[in-house]
Order: sequence, then structure tokens, then C-alpha cells
Amino acid sequence: MTAGSRIVAMGHYQPSRVVTNSDLAEIVDTNDEWIRSRVGIAERRVADSESVADMATFAAEKALASSGLTAADIDMVVVATCSSIDRCPNVATRVAARLGVNAPAAFDLNTACSGFSYGLGTVDHAIRAGASRNAIVIGAEKLSDLTDWTDRSTAVLFGDGAGAAVVTAAAEGEQAGVGPVLWGSAPDKGDVLRIEGRQPYIQQEGQIVFRWATTELAPFALQALERAGVRPDEIAAFVPHQANTRIIDGIVKRLGLGPDVVVAKDLVESGNTSAASIPLALSKLIERREVPSGAPILLFGFGGGLTYAGQVIRCP
Amino acid sequence: MATREEITSGLAEILEEVAGVNPDDVAEDKSFTDDLDVDSLSMVEVVVAAEEKFGVKIPDNEVQNLKTVGDAVSFIEANH
Repeated sequence: MTAGSRIVAMGHYQPSRVVTNSDLAEIVDTNDEWIRSRVGIAERRVADSESVADMATFAAEKALASSGLTAADIDMVVVATCSSIDRCPNVATRVAARLGVNAPAAFDLNTACSGFSYGLGTVDHAIRAGASRNAIVIGAEKLSDLTDWTDRSTAVLFGDGAGAAVVTAAAEGEQAGVGPVLWGSAPDKGDVLRIEGRQPYIQQEGQIVFRWATTELAPFALQALERAGVRPDEIAAFVPHQANTRIIDGIVKRLGLGPDVVVAKDLVESGNTSAASIPLALSKLIERREVPSGAPILLFGFGGGLTYAGQVIRCP
Repeated sequence: MATREEITSGLAEILEEVAGVNPDDVAEDKSFTDDLDVDSLSMVEVVVAAEEKFGVKIPDNEVQNLKTVGDAVSFIEANH
């Protein structure tokens, strides 16, 4: 057993192709004002040749490069994704092969948009149990493969990208940097968000998802804070899943967060990237040094399933 | 027991706060989307606020049946 784990470094990757709201207005009946006021997205990145494994690898390479560790130190690779078309080999082993990680425990995990927090919780548990010393957890999605580009209700929402964290065992006496995960789901409502069938496109009952997210999740986020022994007024930043600014604003209001808390709104420039949204937003926030090292950050993912998971981390 | 007029004025307050609707425009024959320009997500916010204000439960599958202010008033009147 160890004292827990901490995130030592993050990295992210987004495809270079930018698709603006005006670009979308040329292929479906929509417009910039409508998308911004309903969803809050201005543009998103869409992959051309990059696969989920490519994006996951690029993000992980950056995280590893700034972690002070090498591929030889890594013993576990976890990839959260719901959009990898290839079923086998899994994304995690492909990433491990390209990073040169030797014989890691390597698996994919699918809880859709809450995937990164599920993955981080899983890795934290493995480290606490002594089953891993140094792990990489990645959220990577290519939702453009699963988007019906003729459906204006969904085509405007999603984007592609990846974010990765290097997580290591905390030293003896060192404060744990990954707080206890609060995770769960509402399976009775699971069918309101779907990617199913042989030609799968993302479909959702938007009103029901919106209502669930804005009314039922704040108590779970508060429980994640409580488990970490952190009060809402103590957190430096809140990085929720990036689906809709109105959902984020609704949760922030119910949590009672003050104006000093940095609230990630990376969806403005990235769209909804499902499991990649939290590590993408978090990696950028750290890169811009918006939060001091050691400060508590609340992560909270939610989405398809309907699953949710969150934890407090210490900023690397 | 609130009257229909009281429920309508309560809804007008909610609509003003949630979606910036002018209370003078709110009447039972008005459609939320077509007349009052309430989008689908604001409609959810109106429903959630109405549940709290009037002590009613408005299930997910009922929301789509509430086309006009009068529909909402009738539902609240029958269920609170």
C-alpha cells in the first residue's frame, strides 16, 4: 500500500483543422449565434488522418516528456474512449507500443464523457494497491467518425482530441494528489444518449440530458469534495466535462462557487470531446499556469450511460 | 390552491428570470417557443423552476406536451 498517487504532468493534442460555426452553417441549417447561445461553442477541431490511437499517443508523449519519467518507468496505460472504431488491439496497447512501454497493464475503458475521471480513479486505486507505480491515463476521442454531419442537432456539438496524465505513487509522507473518486451512473436513464448499431451516430434526448446534468450532478460533485476533505470555497479551479456552457454555469451555480474559482470553458474552442474534454481543458489550464502548483482542482465528468465521476486533484 | 391567474403570473416571473421574457407578453394562449422565443434548454430551466415554485413534479416525458403557457398552467393546477 502507498500513500496514494499524484498527477506529475499533463499533455494534450488536437488536430490542426479548425471547423468554425460558419463552416458548419454551409453544410447544415444552423448559424453562429444559435450555436453560441444554445451551446457556447465557437469552433472545434476535426481530425483528418489521425486515429484515436494517434491522438492518444501524441498527448501521452507530451505528458511523458514533461513528467521527468521515461517509457521504461511506466507499468500501466489506461485509455478512456467511446469512439475507437477498432475493437482489437485496444488503443492502450497501441499507445504503449508507440511510446516504447514494455509489458504494461494496458486497457481501454468506456464510460463515454466521464471516462477520464473513471480512468484516473482506476489508476489511483491500482497505485494504492501496489499494482502500479507509474501510470498513464488518457482520454482520446474521434467523435467526427460518429457524427451525422447532416443532423444539425448533433453536428454542431462535437470535436476530436486527446489529453493525457502521468500519474505516479506519492512518496512516503507526501500529500496525495488524487483525491477519492466519486463515481456512479443512472442506468435507468442510460438510453437518452446513444451511439449504437452497425452504422453508429451519436443521438441524444437533449432536454433530458440537460435536465439531469443541471439538477442532479451538483450533489455528487459536492460529495467528491467532501471525500477529499476540501470545501467548495477552497478549490482553485473547476474542470467539468465540456458539453455545454449552460450546463457548466448551472452546476457552478448549484455548487455555489465564487468568482475567484477558475472554471474551464475549453469547449468554446474545442467543442465536446467526450472523454478527452477534461484532460484537454486541464492540460491547457496547467500550461497557461492559471492555477498554482499544489492548489486543489475539482474534476467532474458526466455523460453517456448516464455515468458520472469526479475527484479533487492537486495541480501538478 | 393557486388560481390560474396566480400560476400564470408565477410563470411570468420565472420566464423573465430564466429567459428574459417580458412579463407583459405572458398569457395563456402564448406558445413558449413560437411566441415567447423560449429555446428547448430554457424550457427545461423553466420547468425545473416551476417545480420548485409550485411544489409539483413535471416528468421528463411531460415537458414536450407543454406547448403553451395555458398547457403549463393546466398541468400545474391539476397536479399541485
